[in-house]
Amino acid sequence: MAAGDPARGGAGTTGTAGLGAVLRAELTKIRTVRSTVWTLLPTFVVGVGISLLAGLSFASQSPDQQKGFDPLFPAFYGLTLGQLPLVVFGALVMAGEYSSGTIRATLVAVPRRGRCYAGKVLATALFASAVALPTVLVGFLAAQAALGRYGVGLGAEGALPALLGGYLHLVLLCLLALGVAAMLRSPVRSLAVLLPVFFLGSQGLGNVPGVRTVTQYLPDQTSWVLLHLAGSQDEARWARDYGPWTGLGLLVLWTAASLLGGYLVLRRRDA
Amino acid sequence: MCNLSKRYGRIRAVDDVSFTVRPGQVTGFLGPNGAGKSTTMRMMLGLDRPSAGRVLIDGVRYPEQGTPLRRVGALLEARSAHPGRSAYHHLLWLAQSNGIGRSRVAEVLTLVGLASVARRRVGGFSLGMVQRLGIAAALLGDPPVLLFDEPVNGLDPEGIRWIRELMRGLAAQGRTVFVSSHLMSEMALTADHLVVIGRGRLLADTGMREFVEANSGSTVRIRTPEPDRLRAVLVAAGVRVEAAPDGTLLAYDSEVARVGELIAANRLTVHEVGVQRASLEEAFMRLTASAVHHRAESDPRDGGNAVGDLDRPGDGDSVGGSGRPAGGARR
Repeated sequence: MAAGDPARGGAGTTGTAGLGAVLRAELTKIRTVRSTVWTLLPTFVVGVGISLLAGLSFASQSPDQQKGFDPLFPAFYGLTLGQLPLVVFGALVMAGEYSSGTIRATLVAVPRRGRCYAGKVLATALFASAVALPTVLVGFLAAQAALGRYGVGLGAEGALPALLGGYLHLVLLCLLALGVAAMLRSPVRSLAVLLPVFFLGSQGLGNVPGVRTVTQYLPDQTSWVLLHLAGSQDEARWARDYGPWTGLGLLVLWTAASLLGGYLVLRRRDA
Repeated sequence: MCNLSKRYGRIRAVDDVSFTVRPGQVTGFLGPNGAGKSTTMRMMLGLDRPSAGRVLIDGVRYPEQGTPLRRVGALLEARSAHPGRSAYHHLLWLAQSNGIGRSRVAEVLTLVGLASVARRRVGGFSLGMVQRLGIAAALLGDPPVLLFDEPVNGLDPEGIRWIRELMRGLAAQGRTVFVSSHLMSEMALTADHLVVIGRGRLLADTGMREFVEANSGSTVRIRTPEPDRLRAVLVAAGVRVEAAPDGTLLAYDSEVARVGELIAANRLTVHEVGVQRASLEEAFMRLTASAVHHRAESDPRDGGNAVGDLDRPGDGDSVGGSGRPAGGARR
């Protein structure tokens, strides 16, 4: 055994394990499981790649088809698929604790569950940010480059708000997935709930007019106005029942509700 | 620990258990599989919430320990390290969460003999290596209180001797060592004090020697050239006698002094008289058998007091691994 008067409590000072210590530990945990970190890469590759392809395909259309086209649309189109790996990441960070049994070690080390949860949410948000920021920025630049003479710069009207919105959209969805995983406590159950919601909303039912009155409120849909993905809001057939910032606010509400639900489950249940 | 209880629905896994664990000695926590040992330890660590009662460590509940890993080190029965993470990184994040220095990680890895595989993923570890990693995690904060749940599980004989000496060494340093086991023979070699539970109830809280003496009669072994006369004398005095295969006689539940007096009074020739102390295993079997027996007898058809095993009903993720004890009551 190492030095230390056992009655005093061993390794040096006492005090509390503050949020900073918990955050450091959670960052280490994410960083040191390779399979989890790898789920972040496809967000960038897919997000940027699809935006680039979308830009290229618009640029090669006939002038007739290009009339009234929004150059910001292809910049964020890649996010509709690129968001999925980030959702998987958010779910795995939390649900992996339960499937691996690490949750027991976690709660023994940090028995205050609120602090434990806050550390995990913050660490996940930092990792999500580290991917979301370059994905949104590079995706935008790649799409504009692909658009050639139709492309716009960062100074174009609505570009900066949309970039900010894209970044927040990705981070919030990732945290929403974390909250769902904290409620369901299993990777399989969590993904079984999350992925259909995100596939159906974006890729499936979203374009059916009657159904859209409901699906427009799905968590991955509400940012679309801000991201110029929802079509021209001046046309009745695309117009949604909320504006760009209200839409983002709705996603914030979704995420907050999910995180709160996850916290309540973590606080109440035996680990 | 005061009046600790834990119910899962109508199942009372731990039923009004109170005891105190003292520093400077190894306290063995005994019970058959499913007796409530792991549940009790999980409540001590704040993982499970007691239905009633509380556990205080140095007067404070576990979640209120500022940096708990520096106050209490725990080895849980179930696996708690991510298989995709290396041993070093597992200990590193634990250390960071409680503000323990990085150098301590290397120290405990060396201490448990895992230094050479520190960078390998835990998923490739043998059961014994996982157990050593768990012990390293418990020792990480150099804590004055240590809880070990079934520490010898999966260890080879050399590893078992190592953990035994480690626990004795920790207690000798003045630390509080609380170790659960369902193996009596193991406890006999390690523990100074015993807390025995069965079916969620406290059965004994006593020193090791007192426990053995209170729960067993000693057996006197006599080698004699006239076994038939001796047997007649002993039986006449109300002593239960059996002949061992080697020709000696065994007098059960009797004091050697009393057997000696009977021999002298009847002028018998004996070549050898010896006392066999009952083993801890026997003492334990008697104690828990009576608890089980009592339960079986009082097991009413309405099942009002029936206690099932401790595996948590309806929780598929449970890895307690506690089997249902023989003669288990119906739910």
